[in-house]
This record gives sequence, structure tokens and C-alpha cells, in this order.
Amino acid sequence: MTDLDFGFLANSNTLAYLWKGLQYNFQLTIVATFGGVIWGTLLAMARLSSKKSLSLAAGGYVNLMRSIPLLLVIFWFYFLSPVLIQWVTHASRPPQIGADRSAYVTFVLFEGAYFAEIMRAGIQSIPRGQVGAAYAVGLNYWQAMRYVILPQAFRNMLPVLLTQTIILFQDTSLVSLLNVTDFIGAISKLGQSTGHLVEGYAFAAPVYFLICYLLSLAVKRLQKKIAIVR
Amino acid sequence: MDLKILLEQVPDGDGTWLMSLASGLKYTLIVAALAWIIAFVLGSILGVMRTTENRWAVRLGNAYVEIFRNVPLLVQFFVWFFVLPNLFVFTKRWVNSMDPLTYQLGSSIICLGTFTAARIAEQVRAGIQSLPRGQRYAAYAVGLTQWQAYRHVLLPVAYRIIIPPMTSEVMNLIKNTSLGYSIGLVELFFRTREMGEMTFRYYEAFTAATVAYVAIALIANRIMAFIETRAAIPGFISGGSGSGGH
Repeated sequence: MTDLDFGFLANSNTLAYLWKGLQYNFQLTIVATFGGVIWGTLLAMARLSSKKSLSLAAGGYVNLMRSIPLLLVIFWFYFLSPVLIQWVTHASRPPQIGADRSAYVTFVLFEGAYFAEIMRAGIQSIPRGQVGAAYAVGLNYWQAMRYVILPQAFRNMLPVLLTQTIILFQDTSLVSLLNVTDFIGAISKLGQSTGHLVEGYAFAAPVYFLICYLLSLAVKRLQKKIAIVR
Repeated sequence: MDLKILLEQVPDGDGTWLMSLASGLKYTLIVAALAWIIAFVLGSILGVMRTTENRWAVRLGNAYVEIFRNVPLLVQFFVWFFVLPNLFVFTKRWVNSMDPLTYQLGSSIICLGTFTAARIAEQVRAGIQSLPRGQRYAAYAVGLTQWQAYRHVLLPVAYRIIIPPMTSEVMNLIKNTSLGYSIGLVELFFRTREMGEMTFRYYEAFTAATVAYVAIALIANRIMAFIETRAAIPGFISGGSGSGGH
């Protein structure tokens, strides 16, 4: 065996630095999940719309996002985010935003495509009679979606949405390749400065495993609970 | 946006930027193809293990899937490339004597192969478990051994059922090779990034890569659809459980 030395981790400053990195992953995951589910639901509704152009546009977006690697998308939005934000806010110049902030835009837009597929399955799992009934009692499209279809679709798809969130959490580690100090980015930087890169990565793997495994157990329990109620 | 940059020469290289990207694409496809072989063989064994009556085989298969699913792929790349070879003196010496490209290729193929195997194991298990129990018992009743029952009755049907989710796994695998960039493997994304950094023509480089990835996805999709129609069993509706992932 070569001698690995994990001693550099036993330091409150180091642990605080890593914890800060991990918090970034959690924040990004939470924002991307909420933003992605909203964006994904709108995409799913557009895709199931009877307006041909709308459903084609949404389908094209979803398929494009799903056929290119996340890493490529992360870099795309790193370049495009300032331009996009300028376009939305009508600012005179593109704002200076770092990779840590453009990642929020990336993950909402990218994960939205994956959430859209889940929500589409969720909406399609609702019997057609429910839509008919909602219209029969006088609800319009938005009301039928808001009060009848989407609440049931969310409920049916909750375990799948949460599983996707765990995958999303793992995917957020990719921002470290744009030099963002997330958990794995913090480990890389620390490892390079102290010369303990190997130990750093050997530590990161079980930490990630523990977090994701516990989350997946929680999702499984929830799945059982929902299954009984239904 | 001016795509003519693709036809310009790479400084200190032989060939154009387009050829540089094409060489990256070549490594992407080689790594994906070899990793797929590992993933398919290992994933099938693990998937079958999880459907046997042997408790330890089931536990071992489940543990494998949980471990490989719950660690980010990027971290797995680092483990295969940095951590494992550095655990022992002789492995350290061995990888240090290796040609860097061989080392990067080997790590990427093993990493992606073992990672994708966990996902295929899950599909194979789901495929076998979706078959009516009667099939297994009927096979035993006509005197087949467990191995023969899998070989001649269960697997031929299960594999056909899981072709659609396997299609997504093939495409995920091709996309995931882009993470080879993190350990310096000269695949398509690495070459794209390099072109961007050296020419400052990020939009052109990234557009070319996006087109390449979309084209691969379309082609892989068509090939799998062809296999699906050729392998279809009349009277069966293909199903399986595939969603999420990337």
C-alpha cells in the first residue's frame, strides 16, 4: 500500500471550506429542481398542446437538450447567459456573471427538458375523462390544469421527480470543471494546494455515496407510502 | 458566426480544426463502444444475479447497483484515474510507465463501462421480472436447468423487451464520454474546448460539437429502432422501465 494521509482533512477551516462547497451544490439542486419542474411542466403542457407549432417547438427543445451532453450545455450557457440576461432585462451591456451564477440558468433550462418528459408522462397518466369533466363544470384550460390535472400528475410522478432530483444533485458536480468551488471543486483546489488530491477524491466518493444513498432510501419510503394511499 | 474557421489550420498541429474535432469524435466513439461491451456483459451478469434465488447473488448485485448509482460519474472518473492506481506501489509504478493516452483511455473505458453496467443491470432485472413467473416454471418443468432456462427462455424475451430503455442507455453512454475531458482524454468535448480556447471562436466550436452530438443521437436512435423492429416478437408490446438519467 502507498501511504495515504487524510490528516489534512482534520482541520476546521478545511471542513468549513468543503461544507461551503457542498452548500453550493444543495442550493443549485434546490433552485434547479423548482425552476426545472416549473419550466418542465410548461414544456410538457406545450408539447401536449393541440397547437401544432407550440408542440413542435417544445418537442424540439426537449429533444435537443436530451441529445447533447450536460457538460457541453454548461459551457454553452456560460457563454450565452450574459447575452440572454441582457436580452431579458434590456440592459445596455451584457452583465458580468461568473460560472457559479450561470450554472443556475443552465441547470434550470437543461433539467427542465428532463422534468418535461416526466411531467408529460404524469399528465398523460390522468384519464381523459378528468379533462372532459373539468371542462364540463365550466373550467377553462388553465383552471383545469391548475385544479384538476396537475395536482394529480405531480402526485403520481413525485417519486420519479425526486429520483431525478438526486441525479441532478450528482450532476451539479460538473460545475467544478468550470472552476466553480462546489464540493468537488473545493476538494480539487485543496488537493492541489496541499498535494493530497488522491486522498481528497477518496474522501469525496463515500461522502457523495452516503448523501445520495440516504436520499434514495427516503424516496423509496415515500414511494411505498404513496402507493398505499392510491 | 463564421464556420470557415473549421477549415483553418491548427497552430502546431497537422490538419484543420475540423479534423481535430473529427479525431476527438473518433475517441468518443471508441471509448463508448468498448465501454458498452463491458457494460453489456457485466450489466447482464449483475441483472441476472439479482433475479436468481441465491440470496447472496441478489445482495451482491444490489450492492453494486447502489454504489455505482449513488456516486457522481465525475467522482467515479477521479476514483478510477487518481485514487485506485495510487493505492498500491506496484499499480502506481505500472500506470506511471504507461503512455498517458493509454492510461486515459483505459480509465475512461473502465469507468464508463462499470458505471453503465449498473444501469443495464437495472434494466435487465426489470426485463426479466416483467415476464410471467409461469415462463420460468414451465422451463423448469420441461427439464431445463436454471442456466438453460435463462439462456433459452427468459433472456431472449427479456432482452427484446428492454430495447427501448437500452437505447437511452447507449445515448447516455455516448454523452457521458464527454466527462473524459476531466482527466484530459482527447475526446470530442476536449477538442471543442481546445478549439474555443485557442481561437476564441467559442460559438463556432460549440455549434460544431452540438451538431455532432445531435447527429450521433439520431443515428444511434435509428440503429436501435432498426434492431427493435428486427427483433420484435409478434404479439408482444415492448415496455420496460426507462426514464430519467443522463
